[in-house]
Amino acid sequence: MSDNFGSSDAAASVDRNLTYLEAITEAITQAMVDDDSVLVLGEDVGGDFGGAFKATKGLAARFGDARVMNTPLAELSFTGMATGMALMGLRPIVEMQFADFITSAFDSIVQFAATTHYRWGGKVPWVMRAPSDGGIRSGPYHSQNPEAWFVHTPGLKVVAPATPADAKGLLLAAVADDNPVIFFEAKPLYRSLRGLVPEGHYTVEMGKAAVARPGTDLSIITYGTQVHTSLEAAQRMAGDGLSVEVVDLRSLKPLDTETILDSATRTGRVLVVHAANRMAGVGAEIAALVAQEAFEWLDAPVRRIGGLDTPVPFSPPLEDAYRPNADVIEAAARKLVAY
Amino acid sequence: MQEAQLLEAYEWMVLTRSFDDAMVAMWKQGQGVGGTFSQRGHEAISVGVGLALGEEDVVAPMHRDLGTYLVRGMTPARIFGNLLGKITGPSRGRDANLHGLGDLNLGIIGFISHIPQALPTTLGAAMAFRYRNEPRVALTFVGDGGTSSGGFHETVNMAAVYGAPFVLVVENNQYAYSTPLDQQMKHPDIAGRMAGYGVPGVTVDGNDVEAVFEAAVEAVDRARRGDGPTVIEAITMRMLGHAIHDGAEYVPKDLLAAWEERDPVRATRTRLVELGIDESVLIALEEKALAVIAGAAAEAKAAPLPDPATVTDGVYA
Repeated sequence: MSDNFGSSDAAASVDRNLTYLEAITEAITQAMVDDDSVLVLGEDVGGDFGGAFKATKGLAARFGDARVMNTPLAELSFTGMATGMALMGLRPIVEMQFADFITSAFDSIVQFAATTHYRWGGKVPWVMRAPSDGGIRSGPYHSQNPEAWFVHTPGLKVVAPATPADAKGLLLAAVADDNPVIFFEAKPLYRSLRGLVPEGHYTVEMGKAAVARPGTDLSIITYGTQVHTSLEAAQRMAGDGLSVEVVDLRSLKPLDTETILDSATRTGRVLVVHAANRMAGVGAEIAALVAQEAFEWLDAPVRRIGGLDTPVPFSPPLEDAYRPNADVIEAAARKLVAY
Repeated sequence: MQEAQLLEAYEWMVLTRSFDDAMVAMWKQGQGVGGTFSQRGHEAISVGVGLALGEEDVVAPMHRDLGTYLVRGMTPARIFGNLLGKITGPSRGRDANLHGLGDLNLGIIGFISHIPQALPTTLGAAMAFRYRNEPRVALTFVGDGGTSSGGFHETVNMAAVYGAPFVLVVENNQYAYSTPLDQQMKHPDIAGRMAGYGVPGVTVDGNDVEAVFEAAVEAVDRARRGDGPTVIEAITMRMLGHAIHDGAEYVPKDLLAAWEERDPVRATRTRLVELGIDESVLIALEEKALAVIAGAAAEAKAAPLPDPATVTDGVYA
């Protein structure tokens, strides 16, 4: 590893305007340059093809087939293989072609990888990249947000970046971490979102939220794609003199309870938003945290917005009815401010 | 197998059997914690395979592979410690009985209940060796029951595709808990199925430690040479229940009686006597094994339990 591994600012001098996907490819490339023990594996990631979303395009030509491994269509076993590689000191970056397919590997993740260090001290430093979220008309099996299952699993870390710069910095932090990390990529943002991304190696610390927009009247606690819909709602309300804070969690496990409670106690009103369906989602944990720890500061009940408790529907009017959007968030936020 | 090797194998088998007898007695007397799994009938497989591996190789044993743990250097006291939930066990009281007996310093990946999850994980160890151009082999075990699971197919196929330095030993002990082979599979020749994967499949008598050892050595050498994986099917019989609570009344008595005639520990002893080993040598090592096991059990009983204040330690590395 390079000497500056783990620092947050070294060599990060020039910012470029990259897409979310370009930032991820750049992070994988940087990790492979930094450390020979980093390799990529998954379905269709190798050769000239470079993966279903092209996140690994060009990597096989640069680093060779041994470091960019195509796997058979066997999520359970290529995940288990990554665990074995990690136990032997490698740092695999596993591409789950769609986050929806992660269920085929569930046993290997939650029973083996997540528990091994607690059970007998074996370290499992892999990262699983999982392209998640919908809104791109892909139906029930290419649109899911399964993060809550993994947040519920002791031994895993779970991150969900919303910006290109955070995607790169969190991915490099995840690769350097000695634990299994599920890295939920917001695939609707892959090519639609651009942002300034520092060059070279830098990390964004896992477990630290960011205040995406400061405000005083209401806190929206959110992550992933819903950071952007929440920011849009906040911008609209600013026109009416309402000051809405948007907290981008960035990491879901460990959860930055300090930033959540700091925001909640300053504004006294909390709206939790995520694209995943609401029942027993990550938002429930945040709402419970705020209710328990910040009750005396609250001026209104904590409110949650999430996807509906249905499979993710395909047809545009159905999916639009399923997903949170800026209109729904704005309406809920205005109600809370007026409470 | 050379005579000295066979004698060494017998010594490990006797140690394994002595451990098992002592463990079963402790649990029957109510001195155990939770459940446990008898090894009776599996000694030739776990010891024969354990002896075929090199020091730098890695193995992921199952709950019936006590002999492999012992041969790799995990002491009986540590294993008893794990069984009794003591901090001296490899899992420091975190994992039950013969699960979680992992120690990478001994080249051992700890077992989990979800068979066959150890298969792809062990394949990953093999692929790590190949990635670093290390002449090492990774080996794991599965039962006849585990061959019905999708991960078995996935892993054998992937190992074949990659030509991985990987060896899989199927311990066909006739029963998956209470379910006999004919309710598990239409085609009972597990090794024969391997042709469909492009992997050599070898069938051995799992009660013959020499046959097991020789098949394992050949497979390990083949993997180490870079010639790819092998699947060994070792045919044996689980002589007691699935776990300590299980009386296995569902197993026909005449089937057990037939296999009892072929007890692997006794068969090895008979072979050594035939080779002209003085019986006093055998008696001496048998007595030594009993003493070692009694000492290990006493040591584990005296060891401390974990401090409840440490319950959250180790969730993360």
